[in-house]
Amino acid sequence: MTTKAEQASPSAIKTGITHQMTGNEAFARGAWEAGVKVAAAYPGTPSTEIMESLARYPVGDVHAQWSTNEKVALDVAIGGSFAGVRSVTMMKHVGLNVASDALMSYSYIGVNGGLVLIICDDPGIHSSQNEQDSRLFGRFAQVPVLEPSDSQEALDYTRIAFDLSERFDTPVIVRSTTRISHTRSPVLVSERETPEDRGFISDVTKNVMVPGHARRRHPMVIERLERLAQELETSDLTRLEPGSSKVGIITASMCYVYVKENLPEASVLKLGLSFPLPKKMIQDFCARHDRVIVVEELEPVIENELKSWGLKVEGKEYFPRTGELSPEQVRIGFEQAGILTPEESAIVPQFEPLIRPPLLCAGCPHAMSYNAIRSLDVRVAGDIGCYTLAVGDPLTAIDTTVAMGSSIANAMGMYLAGTETKPIVATIGDSTFIHSGIPPLINAVYNQADITVILLDNHITAMTGGQDNPSTGKTIRGEATHEVNFEDMIRACGVDWVERVDSYDAATMIQTMREGIAHRGVSVLIADRPCVIDPVRIKGPTMQVDEKDCNACQSCMNLGCPALIWSDEWFEGRHIVKIDPSACIGCSVCAQFCPTGAIQPTVNPDMIGGTRAKTCTTV
Amino acid sequence: MTEPKKLDPKDITEPINILIVGVGGQGVIMVSKVLAQICQNLGYQVKQSEVHGMAKRGGVVFSHVRFGTQVWSPTIPVGKVDVLIALEWAEGLRWMNYLRPDSGVFIADTKRIVPPFACRSRVLGADIGYSKDTPADIREKVAEAFALDATEMATKAGNERAANTLLLGALSTTLTFPTEEWRNVIAKMVPPKTIDVNLAVFDQGRNWIERSRHGEPVEGGAFVPLVQPEVSRERTELVITPEWCKGCDICVKMCPEHCLILNKDQIVELAEPEKCTGCHICEWLCPDFAISLNPITQEVSL
Repeated sequence: MTTKAEQASPSAIKTGITHQMTGNEAFARGAWEAGVKVAAAYPGTPSTEIMESLARYPVGDVHAQWSTNEKVALDVAIGGSFAGVRSVTMMKHVGLNVASDALMSYSYIGVNGGLVLIICDDPGIHSSQNEQDSRLFGRFAQVPVLEPSDSQEALDYTRIAFDLSERFDTPVIVRSTTRISHTRSPVLVSERETPEDRGFISDVTKNVMVPGHARRRHPMVIERLERLAQELETSDLTRLEPGSSKVGIITASMCYVYVKENLPEASVLKLGLSFPLPKKMIQDFCARHDRVIVVEELEPVIENELKSWGLKVEGKEYFPRTGELSPEQVRIGFEQAGILTPEESAIVPQFEPLIRPPLLCAGCPHAMSYNAIRSLDVRVAGDIGCYTLAVGDPLTAIDTTVAMGSSIANAMGMYLAGTETKPIVATIGDSTFIHSGIPPLINAVYNQADITVILLDNHITAMTGGQDNPSTGKTIRGEATHEVNFEDMIRACGVDWVERVDSYDAATMIQTMREGIAHRGVSVLIADRPCVIDPVRIKGPTMQVDEKDCNACQSCMNLGCPALIWSDEWFEGRHIVKIDPSACIGCSVCAQFCPTGAIQPTVNPDMIGGTRAKTCTTV
Repeated sequence: MTEPKKLDPKDITEPINILIVGVGGQGVIMVSKVLAQICQNLGYQVKQSEVHGMAKRGGVVFSHVRFGTQVWSPTIPVGKVDVLIALEWAEGLRWMNYLRPDSGVFIADTKRIVPPFACRSRVLGADIGYSKDTPADIREKVAEAFALDATEMATKAGNERAANTLLLGALSTTLTFPTEEWRNVIAKMVPPKTIDVNLAVFDQGRNWIERSRHGEPVEGGAFVPLVQPEVSRERTELVITPEWCKGCDICVKMCPEHCLILNKDQIVELAEPEKCTGCHICEWLCPDFAISLNPITQEVSL
């Protein structure tokens, strides 16, 4: 296996020719080519691979880091910008909510070294808690929003964003979507430019946002956007593609290619920025066409602005405000608008073969933790991570999930309401706890809540593909660094009941949870077991089911483990369970729940640490 | 039998659309990367769109590959797929509606990856939640369909994980790309130790389709249908002996259907009888033998 350091750096690929790149690889390449020196991010689908890719460029070129959360990441990048070097941060759409506090102020301050935020939206909610449209943040913070439509533009627009940032003295958002980030298309790459370091420029009236300074900066913010809109009237970023049609289409982002797929000959105005907009050019375009239709995903951001100018445009009456657009969806929209005639639909075969929802992995320590939680009949405030999957059948052990770090404060609020008869538990993962779980824990202690926090410590940021975090003792580039000691930290917050339990030890886990719940005040139980797939894939001797002992009660199936499925054998009308040896990692948790002891290791139990699989651990 | 027409991007203005589907960890992305690389080497524009995120967690994985002189959308519209490659049987069925109804080619591994979700019901005689459709059902509905046990063939050749390369061999028979190009790209993209086995199964996949198209007998096309044995659907009734219950609540906590409660006297009660599947867990776990499940031999008529 090659380490991250041994992999060829993407800086070495040949320039002047095209390479197949995902949007995320192209964003990273664009930032590197623009001469970025400081890069900070918190992982989040679909943005994660941008930082992972950027961290493969030479150490001497760019400092890359996983920060503790998105606001910290943006503040690190702002620091880089203050000190006069090009800086970048990238995050998923909901990450910008966390970072927005700093963005609002830095918009007033403007930049020294160029500052770019790459924000990845998730229309269709492939892996998120909502599908908010980050373009609205551009308007809110009064910063420009660039919208690339493929990997080539992902690279080009990132470079342009740094240029605009420095010339117009503003942070700049480059907005991606899941589809752009995760699509591979050809990209022409170039050399890295080496912008001169500007050094820190002392100017408290610009860099220190006290009321007197901020009042003077606000008009400048509005003025710079007007200047930028003026430049866009003649910029290559606004592309007029004259066509034969009487209907004109205004679009941006991935929607552009969906329009071209369906109407290759149409007259199209492709906007490089969805904010600000080139007013005169758009007015002229509307004047030249009988009808103008705006095609955009999610919110009618462009459409509403055009309507506010008094232009008669159409849009959201044909295209949904929810979900991801697709070539089919755009076609249907054009059919409804009367521009395309409906295709004759052939009879297509439809099968509904099975439901295959995402699952916790075989051997996932969270499965055991939630099985214990479920058996205690408690009210559970959940959080964001792989473990959110415990909401589904069979674990069904989560009652609420809001946003990163919400669980502990949500649990506290439920406690204060005084209506809940069940004990109240918050569950939160290690990385999410560091992201934004610590202030609510201090708050819960300070305000004397009676709740139990279960810290699901799997030693990695798992959901996004296994990134290091301050509790793993490694940086993004794999260098050793300080490792957070959770017990010390939690005790320092004022929690006097802290216990660490092996997640695979069912009996101890259930008993310790009961003790934690019985404790008056805030108690924290750390469920401790590394993730089974990252940083290394764990695979031990597997377990097996003795068919003559299995009475098909399917207690083990309550874990939702992908390695446990039905065999072809039956016992009194129910399926006997079997274990798929290629999936089983040998965690033994299922054996601990088997009331008949039918599940046993395939090897001598003395060889796997000397602990014989326990049976029936209910206490 | 006439030789089936192969797809050549030079012949048509529209892009050629290949959809590769499977389950997380099977190597769907690898197949699409090889294909995209060949297209790029041959000078075509190629776009490749895939779904990440939940894939690692046993979920559905798919990758759209489109190539030609001009490709706009990276995703393929429904009903426009020229070749559908499925690394798992039911996943192939899931995406059938994407195939071109008149000319689409369906190539699927008959390997089944049954998710635990398909094995959820505790009801007596419960059926597995996995498609019962057979290759014969598919052949009726598409222009051309091939079902081969690629995983089994790859395992016999020495590496189960090379099943995806075997399907690349099958895919290669539908396109005009030179065989050497396929072999070169595969050799560059697989781990060095596995080059030989991958090239061998690539050829095996090619031969399998070509011989099968000529009506020759081929091994590895066997399909074992899922059968549901007849089982007794005898109903059961949960009987509680309240005097023996000490309210330990083990059964309440461990009942998979959450249908038991402790009543105000701290005695177990079947609160939601319609949810009880008669699975016996409470009966087996009760330390006091206070619960038993008895067969109902005769339906009570009202």
